[in-house]
Amino acid sequence: MEELTNLSYEAAYQELEALVARMESGELPLEESVKLYERGQRLSAHCQALLEQAELKIKLVDDA
Amino acid sequence: MQTYSVREITRYIRDLFEVDEILDDIWVRGELSNLTKARSGHWYFTVKDSDAQMRCVMFREATRGVRADVQAGDEILVHGRVGVYEARGEYQLYADQIEAVGGLGDLHLRFEALKAKLDAEGLFDPGRKRPIPFFPSQIGVVTSATAAAWHDLQNVLRRRFPLAEVILSPTLVQGAEAPTQIARALERLNRKTNVDVIIVARGGGSLEDLSCFNDEGVARAVAASRIPVISGIGHEIDFTIVDFVADLRAPTPSAAAELATPNRDDLLLDLDRLRQGLAASIGDALNERERDLRRLQSALRFITPLKTVQQAQRRVDDKRDQLARAQRLQLQQRSERLLHTSKALEAANPQHILARGYAMVRDEAGAVIREAAQVSRNQRLNVQLARDQIGVRVDD
Repeated sequence: MEELTNLSYEAAYQELEALVARMESGELPLEESVKLYERGQRLSAHCQALLEQAELKIKLVDDA
Repeated sequence: MQTYSVREITRYIRDLFEVDEILDDIWVRGELSNLTKARSGHWYFTVKDSDAQMRCVMFREATRGVRADVQAGDEILVHGRVGVYEARGEYQLYADQIEAVGGLGDLHLRFEALKAKLDAEGLFDPGRKRPIPFFPSQIGVVTSATAAAWHDLQNVLRRRFPLAEVILSPTLVQGAEAPTQIARALERLNRKTNVDVIIVARGGGSLEDLSCFNDEGVARAVAASRIPVISGIGHEIDFTIVDFVADLRAPTPSAAAELATPNRDDLLLDLDRLRQGLAASIGDALNERERDLRRLQSALRFITPLKTVQQAQRRVDDKRDQLARAQRLQLQQRSERLLHTSKALEAANPQHILARGYAMVRDEAGAVIREAAQVSRNQRLNVQLARDQIGVRVDD
């Protein structure tokens, strides 16, 4: 479970997607479900923040 | 007799022209002559060949796209629509594009030749097309820093996927030096950056303006790129060689930006969907546990100590009944066997045999005589009858 802050959008999103799929498949011990639920909450908040606060960064590359 | 006013028949002819597919969108080839550029900025000229000519008019806005050095006597190709100028009762070509045939003709021929050549080399094979990454963290852009296309691209990218970092590799997108610069801009992105996708873009323009994207060197630079390339050149209808070589072709620069990135709104919707999935599944998990618990609790209520004693008692009674039944059964079986054996015994009772007229001979010691050899002459024997006996003596 990588530390959240420097997790890229793609990595966080894919972990969240896998996590929800696992929870939806059921048959998890209760505290495992709760632990995954909390991780899922944090991941989705992280993705939400990335999407809302992102500023398009523009750079230039030339032969200088 | 049916008669028409001049106006009616002229209008009829005009309408005929307007619905005709060819006249409505036509390229006419011929020699340009008596070109007059009016103060209004509109151009009036005729296009002719050996045995016919056609009057043409080109309105001011359209004339801007025409090369300045076009002049009478040039072999030209004119694009536009043929309509009727009612006031003069003449038809004319309303032109919106003029190409010097030398330029267009050659361009077109060279385009087809190069296209065939690269196609034969397999540069257009669908198999070569690489997938465009869904989440590009870095996007390379090859276009002119001053072009409208670059401005549009930024807006679309900012709106759709601001997480990305855009790296512009600037180049001319028109004129003689453009091809080498475009190729170099592409190569630079491959060499100096690790972008996930490259967009090669240019706004609309005449065939000539776009011709730098029909250059073999540029086509090979696109093919050589290790990074997938999306082409967004000109308008919907413009197809350049780069479009065929690119991994993905977009009709316009903005469309290229859209094809290169996921849409933030969709991503936000996706997040909601996943959050709902999260809440639903934890909700289900809790509900299920609760249901199990309630079922166990009611089961518990059902089994009270009194009930267990009663159940135990019932089980004891059952056992006793079973025992009694088993004993009765055994008794019955034994008495039947007894009956059976006594009958058999009875059948073997000698008395019955004697009653049927047989007699049993025994010597004085009581031994039963079965053969003559057991006796001797004058020996006294006893003959047992059913109900009495006789004493006898052996003759011979």
